[in-house]
Amino acid sequence: MTGRGLGPTAGALRHVVLMAGAVIMLSPFVWMVLSSFKPQSEILTAELTFLPQRWAAIENYATVWTRVPMGRFLLNGAIVTASIFALQVLVNLPCAYALAKLRFRGRRALFAVVLLGLLIPIHATAIPIYILFHHAGILNTYAALILPFAISVFGIFMLRQFFMTVPDDLIDAARIDGVSEIGIVWRVMLPTAMPAVTAFGIFSVVAHWNDYFWPLIAIGTRELYTPPLGVAFFRLNDGGTEYGVLMAAATIVIMPLVAAFLLAQRRFIEGVTFTGLKG
Amino acid sequence: MVIRGLVKNFGDTRVLNGVDLDIGAGEFITVLGPSGCGKTTLMRIIAGLERQDAGSVEIDGRPVDALRPNERDIAMVFQSYALYPHLTVFDNIALPLRMRRLSWRQRLPGMRRIDRSAQAIERGIAAKVREVAGLLQIEPLLARKPAQLSGGQKQRVAVGRAMVREPRVFLMDEPLSNLDAELRVHMRAEIAQLHRRIGVTFIYVTHDQAEAMTMSDRVVVMMGGRPLQFAPPGDVYADPEDLQVARFVGSPRINTLPGTVHAGGSIEVGGLAVPFDTGLAPGAQVTVSLRPADTKIALQTPDTAGADRAGRELAATIVHRENLGSDLFLHCRVEGIDATLVAREDPGKVGLLPVGAEIRIGLPVEHLLAFDASGRRVRPGGRMTSLAQPAAA
Amino acid sequence: MTPLVKPAQDLHHAYRRRDLREALAALALAGPASALIFVFLIAPLVCIALLSLTDYQLGAKALRFVGLHNYSEMFADRVFRRSLENTLIYVSVVVPLSVGLGLGAALLIEAGESLRAFYRTVYFLPVMATLIAMAIVWEFALHPKLGLVNLALKSVGIAGPDWLHDRHIVLYTLAGIGVWQSVGFNMVLFMAGLQAIPRDLYEAAAVDGVSNAWDRFRTVTWPMLGPVSLFVIVITAIRSFQVFDTVQVMTKGGPNRASEVLLYTMYSEGFEFFRTGYAAAVTMVFLAFVLALAALKTWFLDRRVHYA
Repeated sequence: MTGRGLGPTAGALRHVVLMAGAVIMLSPFVWMVLSSFKPQSEILTAELTFLPQRWAAIENYATVWTRVPMGRFLLNGAIVTASIFALQVLVNLPCAYALAKLRFRGRRALFAVVLLGLLIPIHATAIPIYILFHHAGILNTYAALILPFAISVFGIFMLRQFFMTVPDDLIDAARIDGVSEIGIVWRVMLPTAMPAVTAFGIFSVVAHWNDYFWPLIAIGTRELYTPPLGVAFFRLNDGGTEYGVLMAAATIVIMPLVAAFLLAQRRFIEGVTFTGLKG
Repeated sequence: MVIRGLVKNFGDTRVLNGVDLDIGAGEFITVLGPSGCGKTTLMRIIAGLERQDAGSVEIDGRPVDALRPNERDIAMVFQSYALYPHLTVFDNIALPLRMRRLSWRQRLPGMRRIDRSAQAIERGIAAKVREVAGLLQIEPLLARKPAQLSGGQKQRVAVGRAMVREPRVFLMDEPLSNLDAELRVHMRAEIAQLHRRIGVTFIYVTHDQAEAMTMSDRVVVMMGGRPLQFAPPGDVYADPEDLQVARFVGSPRINTLPGTVHAGGSIEVGGLAVPFDTGLAPGAQVTVSLRPADTKIALQTPDTAGADRAGRELAATIVHRENLGSDLFLHCRVEGIDATLVAREDPGKVGLLPVGAEIRIGLPVEHLLAFDASGRRVRPGGRMTSLAQPAAA
Repeated sequence: MTPLVKPAQDLHHAYRRRDLREALAALALAGPASALIFVFLIAPLVCIALLSLTDYQLGAKALRFVGLHNYSEMFADRVFRRSLENTLIYVSVVVPLSVGLGLGAALLIEAGESLRAFYRTVYFLPVMATLIAMAIVWEFALHPKLGLVNLALKSVGIAGPDWLHDRHIVLYTLAGIGVWQSVGFNMVLFMAGLQAIPRDLYEAAAVDGVSNAWDRFRTVTWPMLGPVSLFVIVITAIRSFQVFDTVQVMTKGGPNRASEVLLYTMYSEGFEFFRTGYAAAVTMVFLAFVLALAALKTWFLDRRVHYA
């Protein structure tokens, strides 16, 4: 930010402060992983130790896996997040294109509604959607987890802003070449918008893999639990005081996203900030 | 192609104000005009990308107003080239053919690997793409993406994509304006050759008169949403129908002088009575103009200052000189009237004509063009020409 | 052969088919999204407003219009007032800390070259991690006897409190976790803001005699970051209004309602006690706050200046 390097003292001070912060940011993760390696007896000694004296990693993780269908939870999480993202692209990308490049009646009104929708969190609409799903008889299904998020006004807004920057000539060229409007969306706009779609995808996957509020409301059967529900359920029913096992469960739930994040940090940070405007 | 009574409004602004054109098959037509004259809108209406508010467009005797762009059998080269950034050059050129020849099911991802008949069609497309690429000498580029191409290469690919479908009409919207000057001259020649070779109708929109003059069979000069003249390039320059055309075409700009019609078939310009029978009522205001190339000057020396010549020449002073090497342009302030004339002279005379020199300018009647108060051309003999008649094509 | 000017009627006719095609295309492209927006956004918003005026209970066959009864009951209810108060306290603790620390981290990280990527990754990690799992980890780490925090305090001779069961502390403990989780997000937003500041400005300031880091910050960085900061503040406020996961899993609003927050109240009234009408009224209050903040955000965005 300063446009020039810091002096040696200031540089060292910078590292001292940032390292202290880093320790605070990281310690829950380190604590979680190390505890997941420790047997219950060592945890109950109430002493601050770093590495376990007796490694109980395998039994802790195996306990999680045998006591709850953890694989099923992860699979549910993958199915739900992937379906949500696929549907979001399918529904919102064409709408974003129409809003950006077509003239049709009701376009301004639709865009105004999209802007309004940006302000509304899912929490505000949860009760009516719950009632609707109750009457439709689709509570406790994948559909209940997926459908409310098939529409993403934020996705529409973001992709529309991106499409506004695509030159009209490209679309006109495609029309002259005989590509239909629907063809333009998938053959021309989607490939052109890949960076924006990727950023949105990361945002969407992170948000819905981690979501707890809506699955908690919509799902009652264990078979359909997503990872956050699974780990909360595990704490409540099976491993509330078996801390090593509980930490192993938490580690399993956190791992997929954290691993993906560490592999593609820049994209993740871009994706989440880019979309940070949502609030 | 026949265009009749085309009108287009954008909100309250009328961008096309009654355009009529008859274009012969195989002609190279340039639409020339300053930016905002409606030439691009005209092209977009012909392409079907924009809709007119009145009038019609016919291609080969068939009205195309109800047809979508891809049904009109036209191709278009855009100013920005509008290449698909995610497709290779090959796929860019192949796309219009795939859209026509393959059914939507055959176009689905992966289908071309399974469907036998699609494979056969695809082979035909590949052959056609290679043929076009060979013609444009872009074969080595077929595997590249547009981002890896230079401006000139992109331009060729855009032409290739338009050519490959063998359209009846080729539309080009300022296709050279994004190229550097040298390449522009080169591509001008190439496009003209291309036209001779494939022989279909070309409609070429530009604001660059050099392009219009060098490539086309006929030029449409458009101003303020209407065509002012539709004629071969030479006529547009030498025989403009309208003062705006005269001013727009030719560089440096044509000289203009205010004049008044006198009784007895003459125009009074800066105190001179020029014999020019306009047929207009005495007292009418006209504009007299003269190309710089036809503006001849002479140094005012004691022997040329004779009374016999003074009646036919304007007295002026050189105020500025531009020596371009091949030409010498002299800006001369005319005494008595507030006007500056530009004269083209032989650069060899540069030593003789310093700034500040007093000179005389003749007004050769055979080169004078006169325009009435509304800007219409008036010819000697009192004939007043009407607006651009479509020439027989 | 052809008429000179085709009558407009003819043109109109010619366009009919194209009009229809274009209308159908727009419908095919924007229709599904519009329908879903109606079903999942507009209709629920209308419903929630209407439900808040009824005594509807989830599963009940009938409902009765009760006017503003839910609202008067709500504002008379100690639990709700406590919940609203707690939420406001939570927000007012999290926002300044999270924004301030985020800005500090961004400035410090960008100030030097070394370990920049490392710090950015570490500070951003909590943003990515599943909050509910981390809440469980924190719960264990804050365990009065076995937890990391109190063990660490004990090693330096401090007896740590019972973070989650002391009603004077619990709300601040939750706010601390909220700060921990959101600092990285704000940091990254500030970094983007910092990178958008043209380098010339620093050079110009140097030429003008601005020499030390603090003056540089005051004359260039802070004025240029102003709009970003307002934006980050509002976003953080909206996000912290939505605090739910940690409360639901760690405290259930306890002890003795000391950590009851708006969304948790809405959740327990609506989905545990099935008092849907009342929960709808709570939602309306929540929505009023969020909309007010969002309106503020839009207002700021509209007024955004300086190279935005």
